[in-house]
Amino acid sequence: MRAKMNDVAVSAENLSKRYRIGEKVPYKALRDEITKLFTTPFGKLKNQSAPKREKGYIWALKDVSLEVKRGEVVGIIGRNGAGKTTLLKILSRVTEPTKGHAEIRGRVGSLLEVGTGFHPELTGRENIYLNGAILGMKKREIDKKFNEIVSFAEIEKFIDTPVKHYSAGMHVRLAFAVAAHLEPEILLVDEVLAVGDVEFQKKCLGKMKDVTGEGRTVLFVSHNMAVIQALCPQTLLLEQGCLQMRGSSAEVVKTYLKGNSVESGEYIWQWEEERLNDLGLLVPLSLRILDHKGKVSERVLARYPFQIEFRYQLTESVSNLRVGLTLKTTEGQWVCTSFDRDRTEEHGWYNRKQGIYVAMCTIPENLLNDGTFVLGVITGIKGAQRLYRDFELIRFSVDMTAGVGSHWADGRSGVIRPDFKWETEFAG
Amino acid sequence: MSLLDSKKKRVRGGNCSLPTESMRGIPTICIRATHGWRFLNFKELWEYRELVYFLTWRDIKVRYKQTAIGGAWAIIQPFFTMMIFSLFFGKFARIPSEGLPYPIFAYSALVPWTYFANSLTHATNSLVEHQQTITKVYFPRLILPLSSVLGGLVDFVIAFTVLIGMMFFYNIYPTGAIWTIPLFVLLSIITAFGVGLWLSALNVQYRDVRYAVGFLIQLWLFATPIAYPITIVPERWRALYGLNPMVGVIEGFRKALLGKGAIWGPSLAVSISIIVLILIGGILYFRKMEQTFADVV
Repeated sequence: MRAKMNDVAVSAENLSKRYRIGEKVPYKALRDEITKLFTTPFGKLKNQSAPKREKGYIWALKDVSLEVKRGEVVGIIGRNGAGKTTLLKILSRVTEPTKGHAEIRGRVGSLLEVGTGFHPELTGRENIYLNGAILGMKKREIDKKFNEIVSFAEIEKFIDTPVKHYSAGMHVRLAFAVAAHLEPEILLVDEVLAVGDVEFQKKCLGKMKDVTGEGRTVLFVSHNMAVIQALCPQTLLLEQGCLQMRGSSAEVVKTYLKGNSVESGEYIWQWEEERLNDLGLLVPLSLRILDHKGKVSERVLARYPFQIEFRYQLTESVSNLRVGLTLKTTEGQWVCTSFDRDRTEEHGWYNRKQGIYVAMCTIPENLLNDGTFVLGVITGIKGAQRLYRDFELIRFSVDMTAGVGSHWADGRSGVIRPDFKWETEFAG
Repeated sequence: MSLLDSKKKRVRGGNCSLPTESMRGIPTICIRATHGWRFLNFKELWEYRELVYFLTWRDIKVRYKQTAIGGAWAIIQPFFTMMIFSLFFGKFARIPSEGLPYPIFAYSALVPWTYFANSLTHATNSLVEHQQTITKVYFPRLILPLSSVLGGLVDFVIAFTVLIGMMFFYNIYPTGAIWTIPLFVLLSIITAFGVGLWLSALNVQYRDVRYAVGFLIQLWLFATPIAYPITIVPERWRALYGLNPMVGVIEGFRKALLGKGAIWGPSLAVSISIIVLILIGGILYFRKMEQTFADVV
């Protein structure tokens, strides 16, 4: 059903964006690594998250058509590299589409990053004006909102201090405060709520709620499924640059988390050779869940410990490598992240030579509540480089049979169900 | 956003049942791949005039913020160059100076030249320096080299007041042609902006430009009548020499202020035409490359 032209704030037809490979990451020359990998034996099959490729080019966005009506608040989700940011960049005119066209009716404000154009030598006051102007505000608009911005950022006392003396938290607060006071008819927001401390995040979320409640049109990219569901009635799912699905947020988020993770006890990566150069020096091979008997299983009993086995290959020797696992609920709520280097006493593995490694992580008994969980992998070099990461790989369920308190028939809310120690004494 | 004028602003887009009449006032942005050459979008630039102001103001402010002697730097550069020139070219090499004292002869050229050289360097680096902004926010990219060039004018004014002081010192009074000074200032702004457009766009693709520009300016200095008068260039080379647009600008500036200088009629005409060509070419090239800045920078 096509809406009346007047109601449409954003309409896009066949938007596509092609990047030349290497254009976005010009500093890497991993030719040697690739040849090394070619000589190592592992199978090839299509990798799910690899965007479509032509020789020498990559389609970051492919034939995306959409229509957003005035006043709609639409979430955009998808894996890293699915084209979310590219879509917002095209709609905010930062970059041009390679093909297709879009029409935007109304004043556009884009918030792809907070604090764009901040200069450390300038004071808070000066940066508010500068940043506001860069974001597209008029001087008198900033004049009018100035006090509001300052009090929102809670930096009244430091308003005439150079920003370089601000704490990271103050910096972020000020940056968000300026951006939050933009008053465009159409707002494009990319992942900016993921900054600052929890208190401030809540405040920002509140502000975003006000904004979305005012009848503005909002396109909102986030990795935080809970936030998406709280703010956006509708959500778009992008996959490999294509628009995969549009519907109610609850539904789309569910599909996304399901589609991304297979309910299975194991996930085996199949890398296309040409995809390997994007990976860097860590190539994930397999991820498995082993139940208490050591069998691969997508279902584990809560009353026993179970193990997660992650196999990977290092294509060169490396120091300060960190390999971790992530756990989320199917609703997208984070449960925890754990790294192989969390315990400081295990220093022996700090330097790893190239080769295949098997990491085993044991999850103790009586930790998780019953339900379905999504397991992911996060790797990187400490403080230097992000390597492979994907937070949605395997879905597995936890069975409470004979678990903590299971003799009580009631369901328990919460993601964990630990076996706490209780002692009760008669006190008279 | 600045895409709206005040008339259009009255229409708020919150309500979808707005009558068609007022809907016409809502700005529509069309996004598509652009092909071929584009010239300036004057309307858009005008709408973004406040950003030009803020970026220029930022450039000026930042330049003096963490310096011990602040504005004095604007004088030091041309002034010390003048002293060196006076000593080596004026005193030792005895280069003629149109009957003027050599120091003021050199300084009167060094003031517009220093402005030009610094502005060009700033403009060349402007896009790369604002990399983060370019990849996150839309605005006409032309504003970046433009505000770099405008920001240098403060330095120019400071250095110019010293020039006035020197004129008093040497008892030289401006001629009736002094009203043409703004014209020559404008020409150096345009030249720095025009060349800056080329170099800043090239710098996005090839970072070598950043290093090459220092060298270019150094060579250019000697190809311009700053340390020597145009009269020492043989007559038959003058036409070729005049292809350097700064020849007309510098000679003109000196002549307008001090009343002494060589034939600047034809060479000025050549300079102006070259400046216009560089500017138009620069705008076209910049606008052509602009589409890929955010992807490549």
